[in-house]
Amino acid sequence: MAHSALLRTFGKTWMKPLTLVALIAPFAFIAWQLFQVLSDPLSDAMGTDPVAYIHQFLGDTAIRILLITLAISPIRDITGWAPIALIRRRIGLAAFFYAGLHMIAYLWLDRGWDLGLLWEDMVVRTYIMLGMASLVLMVPLAVTSNNSMIRRLGRRAWDRLHWLIYPLAILAVAHNLLMVKIIYGDPLIHAAILALLLGWRVARWVIGKLRAPAAAA
Amino acid sequence: MELKFRRNAEYQDLVSEVTPHETYIRRRELLAAAGLGGAAAMLGGLPALAQTPSAQVAAGAAMAARKSAYTIADQRAAEQDFNEYCNFYEFGLNKDDPARHAGKMDVSNWKVTVEGETDAPGTYDLRDLIDYSQLEERVYRHRCVERWSMVVPWIGVPMGPVLAKLKPKSTAKYAQFLTHIDRSAMVGLAYGGLDWPYSEALHLNEAKNDLAFFAVGAYGKALKQQNGAPIRTVLPWKYGYKGAKSVATIRFTTTQPPTAWNLANPREYGFYSNVNPNRSHPRWSQANERVLGVGGFNPQRKTEMFNGYEKQVAYLYEGIDLIKYH
Repeated sequence: MAHSALLRTFGKTWMKPLTLVALIAPFAFIAWQLFQVLSDPLSDAMGTDPVAYIHQFLGDTAIRILLITLAISPIRDITGWAPIALIRRRIGLAAFFYAGLHMIAYLWLDRGWDLGLLWEDMVVRTYIMLGMASLVLMVPLAVTSNNSMIRRLGRRAWDRLHWLIYPLAILAVAHNLLMVKIIYGDPLIHAAILALLLGWRVARWVIGKLRAPAAAA
Repeated sequence: MELKFRRNAEYQDLVSEVTPHETYIRRRELLAAAGLGGAAAMLGGLPALAQTPSAQVAAGAAMAARKSAYTIADQRAAEQDFNEYCNFYEFGLNKDDPARHAGKMDVSNWKVTVEGETDAPGTYDLRDLIDYSQLEERVYRHRCVERWSMVVPWIGVPMGPVLAKLKPKSTAKYAQFLTHIDRSAMVGLAYGGLDWPYSEALHLNEAKNDLAFFAVGAYGKALKQQNGAPIRTVLPWKYGYKGAKSVATIRFTTTQPPTAWNLANPREYGFYSNVNPNRSHPRWSQANERVLGVGGFNPQRKTEMFNGYEKQVAYLYEGIDLIKYH
């Protein structure tokens, strides 16, 4: 069983650090591009509209990492390889990190920290309200994503709290869908993947319900 | 909700009435091939225009123009940004799609169909509509509804006199501009989202304003396809999407024609679509804009009423509530 030994070594030694590197890579990439643009005003590293580029890059990265977080338990259940759940926490935290940067970039580069404008945004612009709501819901999850909080809350309460990932993922994808002028391309793909990941959970739950009475009888 | 508006029966009727531009071009080619140039001239209504035809300038070729007083002093956007950062959804939704795909659209020997409430209907050669020896260069600020702007040196002719030559009837109140449809080059037509052909329109009083412009060039060259070659409308006091690119049909109407973005989402895109920092737009606050193509990381400016052209155009909208009728 050389195959499973290799997998075990990967899981024990390499999986966590490699995941960390992969999660930091988008940040390193955009930081490098930003450095080029800031050091050379004529640089084309971020295209014609660097601010729009930064917003979109950070937002897309956040939403994609969030979808990866949601894919971990289906992958675990389908492959039966339990150790993959060990990287779920850092992936979830990375999604929060990029979503937070996405909002900071928006408030800073787009709104110049004018909170009056922010209020107007929240009231008038549905997609911004949805995005903000999604990010706000991520905060308690990020804060409780450590061992001591799991101990303090107890597993059941912690699980119940982290169920929030479902509504907040729906809010994030809705934010993504509504912000474009014509719904097409990436936002639709994000929505389709989310539907698949949530649909899989619903199916699993329904099947479980159907089997439970049969088992009891 | 958007679907409902796109399926608007009135608009569909109108679109189906419009003779496809491709058919006109093909008809003229057939006539020419059969040696029936005289018949083609009759069909085209050429006698209506007493002007020596000049040659149409090829896309991207050098183009001479005299300077106009309509020139703002701000730094111009780099020509590369102007040519590579475009919204032309017929060629794709990303800003760099038009630059990649639009070159396949043939814009030589361009014809413009004139129809509706006019005494001079027909199909015109572009060189009969535009006197290429009388071009002027105007440096306008182009303000996109997406909160960015570029300062662009357009080349072209004022719109009013050209429309006057096309003899709108006294009953005509609006001019509608339809963009060409080229199914082999326009890869974006398949996406839907907007009704094709792209439609834009102006009240004739707006079209007669001195600022209203038919552009055939920019940066000393004939327009490239991604920016609406060989002819597009430029209305500097309105958001950029009011400018119809690659105009194939000019239609005079008595009632307000349906326009592409207004049909797709009337709450966001009104018929006038005047630049208005005071209207809290449902998608983007319009109070500021990012100035693109001038270098630097994030140059911004405050958006001005009518994009800074208030003196020239405010009279057109006196007594109109521009928040409600945006």
